[in-house]
Amino acid sequence: MAALLTRLTDGAPRRAVILLGILFATLVVAPWLVSDYLVTVLILILYLAYCGQAWNIMMGFTGQLSLGHGIYVGLGAYVAAVLFTRYGVGPWFGLLAAMPVAAACGAVIGFLAFRFGVTGVYFAILTIAFAEFARIGFDHLGIVNAAAGLFLPVAQYAHNDLWRLRGSPTMFYYVILAATLCAFILCRLLITSRIGYFWLAIREDEEAARAAGIDTFRYKIYAVTISAAVTSFAGVFYAFFYNNLFPEQVFNISQSIQIILGPVIGGVGTLFGPLLGAFVLTGLAESLNSALTAFGIDLPGAEQVFYGMCLLFVVVALPEGIWPWLARALGVTERVR
Amino acid sequence: MPIDVYLNVAVGGVLTGLVYGLMALGLSVIFGVVRVVNFAHGEMMSIAMYLAVVLFSAFHLDPLIMMVPIAAVLFVFGYALQSGLINPFITRPEHSQFLLLVALAIIIVNVLLIIFGPDARTVQTAYAFDSFQLGPLLVDAAKVYAGAAAIVIAALLFAFFRFTLIGTAIRACADNYTGALVVGLNVNRLYALTFGIGAACVGAAGAMMTLIVDVTPTIGPTYTLLAFVIVITGGLGSMPGALIGGILIGLTEALAGLLFTPSAKSMFAFGILVVVLLFRPQGILGKRPA
Repeated sequence: MAALLTRLTDGAPRRAVILLGILFATLVVAPWLVSDYLVTVLILILYLAYCGQAWNIMMGFTGQLSLGHGIYVGLGAYVAAVLFTRYGVGPWFGLLAAMPVAAACGAVIGFLAFRFGVTGVYFAILTIAFAEFARIGFDHLGIVNAAAGLFLPVAQYAHNDLWRLRGSPTMFYYVILAATLCAFILCRLLITSRIGYFWLAIREDEEAARAAGIDTFRYKIYAVTISAAVTSFAGVFYAFFYNNLFPEQVFNISQSIQIILGPVIGGVGTLFGPLLGAFVLTGLAESLNSALTAFGIDLPGAEQVFYGMCLLFVVVALPEGIWPWLARALGVTERVR
Repeated sequence: MPIDVYLNVAVGGVLTGLVYGLMALGLSVIFGVVRVVNFAHGEMMSIAMYLAVVLFSAFHLDPLIMMVPIAAVLFVFGYALQSGLINPFITRPEHSQFLLLVALAIIIVNVLLIIFGPDARTVQTAYAFDSFQLGPLLVDAAKVYAGAAAIVIAALLFAFFRFTLIGTAIRACADNYTGALVVGLNVNRLYALTFGIGAACVGAAGAMMTLIVDVTPTIGPTYTLLAFVIVITGGLGSMPGALIGGILIGLTEALAGLLFTPSAKSMFAFGILVVVLLFRPQGILGKRPA
């Protein structure tokens, strides 16, 4: 445990460790301080931060742009939900099935793409194609109720059952907070290990990495597989938190784009980017929503236009995202980015 | 089912495919020259579709004639977009360009949603239910007009790039960016022009598309993906490839809709894309990058 802590904090400025501790402590006590509504907003933020962290392994660390991460969320969600509703298998055992399924799917996509030299924009489009393929496929798949959607029995809020993930939003909040923390630690460990350095080398210059003796094909496959497996937990969480699943929603390209917005706005390839981006984006969108409601304006597309504007602004004005800029301001520049 | 049912559906699919091809041609021209993947392509088409619908419902103007002014409007839009927003991104990494256009696409879809609401809109022309009889075939008049117009526009575009001075200059930019700069071509203007031409193609295609399908604000992403599928299938940057890809996808969708269920038809288009990307990533008519 102590060795792990040393490893995690090695090379990070003391101030960063302290600020991170304060942030985590704040998040732990948050449910007692804020309203129930804000707890659900925080759940959404952490969910997006978690997904963004997983996506970052592919794009941020290895430089492979995936625009179809919805497929891993969807697979995770459907595997766990089908096991739960049809066979009564609990979510944690469901996760044990969901993770290999998503990882295998990621490995297959990666294998096909990288074996045949599909890179850059073509790779991004291929990931969209697979996600769309899955969306339409699940829309016609009888075992998951096709387009009619899959529903989990609605939770009784009388007591929290962590084992079966049935309970109050506060319980879900702690589950996703723990998951986000785990993803953060995992990414920190990965990026400071041998595999992480290989990934960074591939991201910076794949030809040079290969020339230096890195088996780029294998390490790119590792990146997709790990990213997919991590993402699949978000799907399991999604299924048990929202209790309903529609292929139209989980596999949709807008789901995939929402996943990438956080890390892009926060800072691609940074450890704090996904969390920061999710906070900024969801926070601003929620404020906009309540402002619109307060003025009695009902515009269904307004929130999305706002997302688009944010993305446009960040891509044009802050191409590296908010975190690198904020890190300099706070004096906590990470050594490994 | 008798064979002429298949034939009828196949001909309809090919004609729709020609319009798809024109739409994809716009994407292909933009990528071939400017080297930017226009991720807002289908969204630009939905702008054109709404223009056609509004012009028709307000003034009863036929989309087939209105496609000229609509293409002109889209040309201006594309020109302004390239010179104002995209040009500084030419030297940025690919994913950065991609995200810029994703942002634009999100904004277009939802602004359309705010203005027009979520309901589907249609154009009901006088000839909407007419058809031509050709032996055992019964072909929709609207699709015949649209397909023919798509061929004419594509031919004009080929001629423009082949025989005019500006067209030659644009091809020079596509072939060798530095060389084009050296001989004194105004590359930025030519890029803006190219983006405008690509947008005009999709504008014309959008106007015609209103004769074939209903328009909703969320139709944009579907057509962006379809345009990608077509262009990659045919070969990114190849103009005849875009048309051939369009016909192939139109045909596949029509037959898949007949043999399976219409809602599953785009699965087959994506299936073709996956196969092409894996076994012939440069597309049917594309050249392998050196």
